Amino acid sequence: MPHSLSPVVNVVFAGLGGQGVIKASDVLADAAFRAGHDVKKAEIHGMSQRGGSVTSDVRFGPQVHSPMIPDGHADFLVVLAPTQVENNLHQLRKTGVLFPPDLVPEESLKNRRSLNVALLGALSTHLSIAEEHWRAAIQDALPERLLQVNLEAFEAGRAAERARPPGKGRHAAP
Amino acid sequence: METAATKAPARGLWSGDEAVAMAALDGEVALGTGYPGTPSTEILEAFSALGGRAQWAPNEKVALEVGLGAAFAGARVLVTMKHVGVNVAADPLFTAAYTGVDGALVLVSADDPGMSSSQNEQDNRRYAVAAGIPMLEPASSQEAYDFTLASLELSARWKIPVILRMTTRVCHSKSVVHRRDHPLPPAPAPSFVRDIRGRVMVPAFARPAHHKLRKKLDEIRAWAETSPLNAVHEGSLALGVVTAGISFQHVREAAPEASIFKLGVVYPLPLEALRRFAAGVERCVVVEEGDPVVADALLAAGIRVEGKPEMFRFGELSVSRVRRILARDESPEPPEPKAKPPELCDACPYHPVYGALQRMGCIVAGDIGCYTLGVMEPYQAMDTCVAMGASVGVGLGLRHVLPEAQARKVVSVIGDSTFIHSGLNGLVEMVYNPPATGHVLLVLDNGTTAMTGQQEHPGTGRTMSHDATGHVSIEGMARAAGVKNVDVVDPVKDPKGFEELLTRRLASNDLSVIVSRRPCILAAADIRAFEKTNAAKAAAASPCAGCGSDDAA
Ligand SMILES: Cc1ncc(C[n+]2csc(CCOP(=O)(O)OP(=O)(O)O)c2C)c(N)n1
Ligand code: SF4
Repeated sequence: MPHSLSPVVNVVFAGLGGQGVIKASDVLADAAFRAGHDVKKAEIHGMSQRGGSVTSDVRFGPQVHSPMIPDGHADFLVVLAPTQVENNLHQLRKTGVLFPPDLVPEESLKNRRSLNVALLGALSTHLSIAEEHWRAAIQDALPERLLQVNLEAFEAGRAAERARPPGKGRHAAP
Repeated sequence: METAATKAPARGLWSGDEAVAMAALDGEVALGTGYPGTPSTEILEAFSALGGRAQWAPNEKVALEVGLGAAFAGARVLVTMKHVGVNVAADPLFTAAYTGVDGALVLVSADDPGMSSSQNEQDNRRYAVAAGIPMLEPASSQEAYDFTLASLELSARWKIPVILRMTTRVCHSKSVVHRRDHPLPPAPAPSFVRDIRGRVMVPAFARPAHHKLRKKLDEIRAWAETSPLNAVHEGSLALGVVTAGISFQHVREAAPEASIFKLGVVYPLPLEALRRFAAGVERCVVVEEGDPVVADALLAAGIRVEGKPEMFRFGELSVSRVRRILARDESPEPPEPKAKPPELCDACPYHPVYGALQRMGCIVAGDIGCYTLGVMEPYQAMDTCVAMGASVGVGLGLRHVLPEAQARKVVSVIGDSTFIHSGLNGLVEMVYNPPATGHVLLVLDNGTTAMTGQQEHPGTGRTMSHDATGHVSIEGMARAAGVKNVDVVDPVKDPKGFEELLTRRLASNDLSVIVSRRPCILAAADIRAFEKTNAAKAAAASPCAGCGSDDAA
């Protein structure tokens, strides 16, 4: 099937309302856009403020059609809430990579609220988006006073992912 | 001169809603009006942020009427609402098709197939057919931009309102948009030109106006036959697909080999072009979300197409569901994975209210807003929720016929924004046709429209951009309407007092309105900041500010 050959990268973000799921997907979409890709991003954020489940899909590549990632086609799944891992695993490809919330150790984050950006850091080690685009996207998405803490979180995420033993918990399916 | 239009970037990653706002700015829309509702809310918010003139109306009907007046005067106007909002605005809408407009009027109907945040999934393409109003449907943010401009053009050319139909996925998805420089001729300055026969819809004038409307629609149908807003993507002759909106994107991915007739104009349909397309392929399938509107129209015109199996009327389409439609796979779909439902915030002021309603075993005629979440565990303290404003009428109806012991337990519960939107009509009914046991209307005033993201409304006394303006008092309205007992209480400060008051009011045969006033916890800090800024502005504007006299002026 031609779609599986397409070089479109599919990333699903999941979590609960108020955790910064949408913010994280905005940053990735913006960084990919700055890197010159066609980008589409879809989310349902109707009642998300009230703590319900939230997911957001980001797709980028030379040309993206549907903004929604078909089930089982996510290359990467980034999850911010421990309770939201299980119910989103079906979105991941067999060879896809999961970024669970406990990937970045609690103590390596100054502020737990920047977990979303930390996991983006982990994700960034798998993508060929230049550092400058990530930086610009993060800068644009966040208020000045939160910038430093989030840039540090991004680095912490990168370090955590590099330290993750290959094969250990990386893939959704054994 | 640097204006908002020249400052905004020429290209960006925007949501469909933002793209509509950008087009409104570039298309010199003089006024944007509407009522909040997912997924349409961000359009006017973005238009306002870009420097456009945007305002919230108390409800969708008023928004459309204000828009119509401005368009009668020759202005370009954008009116936005969610799909169910069009029900509220339907009365003026149908007759606006007869009167037409002078400037341009584009009504955005933001539909919500799959009901991500709505009480139904009605398909508003039906409104275009029913009212006789042209409808365009974009499939991406770029098209949201282009089609908003095309709608303005179409509206100005045929002097007719145009509906831009969006769906949740187009409204909220972000994709790349390129803006155009001066996409439309400059907007003419508004000025009143009398046209009694054209705008006063008494039967003698409305009859010819209806004929005129049908003639316009015939002309627009002829235009649509060759309009570039409808596009054919050539592919295999074995499979042709007729589609529109977001479904087009799914089709491109699910069946890259197919020939596609992508509709941009969903009403009036270019039937002859579609007939040729269908005749040119072996199998022609209509892939559309929601009701089989296009499929039925083509079949009725004798065009040989296949619709989708009935199971795909429900919910959104997706790439996998489109694959199933094309394969005629009607096997059961995998169940939706469990998602955590939303709930009231921990410190929400509604907690003590629902605690009391639950303890007292009330029959709650509910309404729509954050407070609908009172239906969830642990309270389950809501018995009906149908449409905005319906709590009052439904509560009265229950009281009229229930045996006294049950009737006494009925309470209507409504939010502040919803009360102003359409609860006011119920208030009048309550005074005019009071039940024998009286009635209790509980207005939950949290100082904002929380559900849709904290918009202002007439009861807050602040405009869309949070500046001070006229303030409509909820308790003042209730008193003026003639309600005997009107109380204002803070359920968080005094939960016991609240419960005692409610108990007393339920025991009496009088009409009572209880305004339960306590700001939404998520909005409280912003509300305080707006109040402070506005108070400072008012002080600075008063003539004796600073030096204590107005001599300086
Ligand atoms: C006709 C119609 N228009 C708009 C909406 C979207 N909507 C649902 S509830 C609501 C208002 C809620 O505000 P409020 O009554 O103040 O309650 P809160 O959310 O603050 O608790 C809106 C705008 C709708 N469901 N129906
Ligand atoms: S957003 Fe406000 S009104 Fe809604 S649940 Fe939270 S505190 Fe309550």
